[in-house]
Amino acid sequence: MKRSSTRTRFTAGALSGVAIVSVALLLTACGTSQGGGTAAPSEAQAELGEMEGSVSLLAWPGYVEDGSNDPTVDWVSAFEDKTGCTVTSKTYGTSDEAFSLMKTGDYDVVAASGDASLRLVAARDVAPVNTDLIPNYAGIFDFLKMQSWNSVDGVSYGIPHGYGANLLMYNTEVVTPAPTSWNVVFDKSSEYKGAVTAYDSPISIADAAVYLMAHQPDLGIKNPYALDETQLAASVELFKNQRINVGEYWSDYLKEVQAFETGDTVVGTTWQVIRNSLAEGTPAEVVLPEEGATGWSDTWMIAAGAKSPNCAYAWLDYIASPEANAQATEYFGEAPSNAGACEFTVNPDHCASYHAGDADYAAQIWYWSTPIAQCLDGRTDVQCTDYSDWTTAWQEIKG
Amino acid sequence: MTVDAPAPPTRRAVVPQHHLTVARRGSVFLSRHPRLRLSLLLSAPLFWLGLVYIAALAALLITALWTVDSFTGQISQTWTLDNIAAVLTGSLYQTVTLRTLGVALLVTIIDIVIALPIAFYMAKVASPRAQRILVIAILMPLWASYLVKAYAWRSVLSQGGIFEWLVSPFGGHSPGYGLPATIITLSYLWLPYVILPIYAGLERVPDSLLEASGDLGGGTWATLRLVVLPMIWPAIIAGSIFSFSLSLGDYITVNIVGGANQMLGNLVYTNVGAANNLPLAAAIALIPILIIFAYLAAVRRTGALNNL
Repeated sequence: MKRSSTRTRFTAGALSGVAIVSVALLLTACGTSQGGGTAAPSEAQAELGEMEGSVSLLAWPGYVEDGSNDPTVDWVSAFEDKTGCTVTSKTYGTSDEAFSLMKTGDYDVVAASGDASLRLVAARDVAPVNTDLIPNYAGIFDFLKMQSWNSVDGVSYGIPHGYGANLLMYNTEVVTPAPTSWNVVFDKSSEYKGAVTAYDSPISIADAAVYLMAHQPDLGIKNPYALDETQLAASVELFKNQRINVGEYWSDYLKEVQAFETGDTVVGTTWQVIRNSLAEGTPAEVVLPEEGATGWSDTWMIAAGAKSPNCAYAWLDYIASPEANAQATEYFGEAPSNAGACEFTVNPDHCASYHAGDADYAAQIWYWSTPIAQCLDGRTDVQCTDYSDWTTAWQEIKG
Repeated sequence: MTVDAPAPPTRRAVVPQHHLTVARRGSVFLSRHPRLRLSLLLSAPLFWLGLVYIAALAALLITALWTVDSFTGQISQTWTLDNIAAVLTGSLYQTVTLRTLGVALLVTIIDIVIALPIAFYMAKVASPRAQRILVIAILMPLWASYLVKAYAWRSVLSQGGIFEWLVSPFGGHSPGYGLPATIITLSYLWLPYVILPIYAGLERVPDSLLEASGDLGGGTWATLRLVVLPMIWPAIIAGSIFSFSLSLGDYITVNIVGGANQMLGNLVYTNVGAANNLPLAAAIALIPILIIFAYLAAVRRTGALNNL
């Protein structure tokens, strides 16, 4: 009896000892994680030097392909042969992940969407880019240059890669007549109860804001990413009414492809690449509705503390070249940024189907941008809702 | 072949003088100090236990008390109860918690109802050969990936899928994607984990007891209710722990077949991934942990934990 109680006491003591030690370790570790911003050079590089021999890239999946995923898809090897810079790359899944990975300082170059690029500039994680050092910059569509998501105060922070719109897709047999407005997924969505879909991300709230800009002008929305509390509430209300009729939300694009093929979903937001991936004979079409749409435009940026700035510039120039730009954007399914790329796509209709170079089409797109408390439309009398407000709102919409 | 016979000792063997090497000195020391010996022996597994379980839980609790700076995305380590309060009072979290609990309970009940007759047949009726085949058949689905099975149900339950084709002659319809589809899919996924403990529990019920019950005039149902059920009750609870806790934490199945519904796991996932709000995610993750602790505390009394 005595022995067993000694043992119990001993085990309990050891356990609590371990617990105390581990909690202590944890608390020590906690105290040191406050990250400081890297000192960003305020000026862009003036001239190129010798190649460093390697470059490290951070990009969306499908942007940096060296043939290891699909032997026929490879535009990295040609770059390595040409410049002698060995490429290492990492892919990320969300803009937030890219943002935190760039904080590690392990990457020379990042391909960022508009909902990450400005944050990277604000956090001084990326450096200004001297476009004079990039000969292929001349070939890029003018309407993509020096935009709010790739430049700040007239200073360029990157090279446009490709862009696309979040379109409206509909089943041509069920949704008749062919829709020209987003009202089929908002005010009239009850006609397709259980078969409506929407992109499953807080950034989708901007879709409702674009719709409200046209249909409720007295709300005064000037930019769908700059919503004050009332405007956000109106957008959320629109989505909550839609929620009753939503069959499912999509974030994995293959899920939407399948839902349209089986007819489980008949109307909702989509990407051009999804329409192109549908099985032959699926009765579905896409349209850019009259209210306009949201979309994305990605930018290649250079890290503030890049270890290989010369190889980084070489990569930016290479990926903006007509050949490489054609390969990368066609593989991903978006419009290329280089006007010359259209001659190099495998599918001769690629540029036409993605409306590449169509400035009027591009002007109807509100490119993704991170909502922040300081209103993006220039208002100073109110505070705008930020991305965390949008996230909470999106979860409440889904319920 | 010659056999070397040991040479007869010419004189009394001297006890060999051992060199006091470091190792030997160490083992002498350890043999004299049993407590130290025990603590060294246990330190590696205890360290692992501490690191993986206790430290992870502690980290979760601590993180839940922090906040995120929405502009820089950095976690700021000021102590606050805001996240916990938001999770406890927000109607969104209450609705989703109730939905998740409901799904987990229904999945558990369905699995037990299906598992009982199958396990009984396996343990008491089938021949030893058939028994082995059945065990293999039940384990077989576990060899396929969870994702593959969930996507298979997605196509089964779609419009014009196999389910629709099966029930339409009787005027039925596929439930489509939603909570019913989630419950069906989860019940399918966790069924093996419920059958196996119940089967093991039934194997331990001696046949002679069933015969004795019959001899004393007990009918089938009386025997099952009064003899078998009390004996396998801990095994049923053990199976239910698997299906209940696995359903409680699931977020992939509901994403694939659940339509627009979300469960607690989805809220954690979006707060970690899309919203970059680790503290709120940690606070939400405490809900299922609390539920499971309460459940385990309740079933501990039945002795089912000895059956796991």
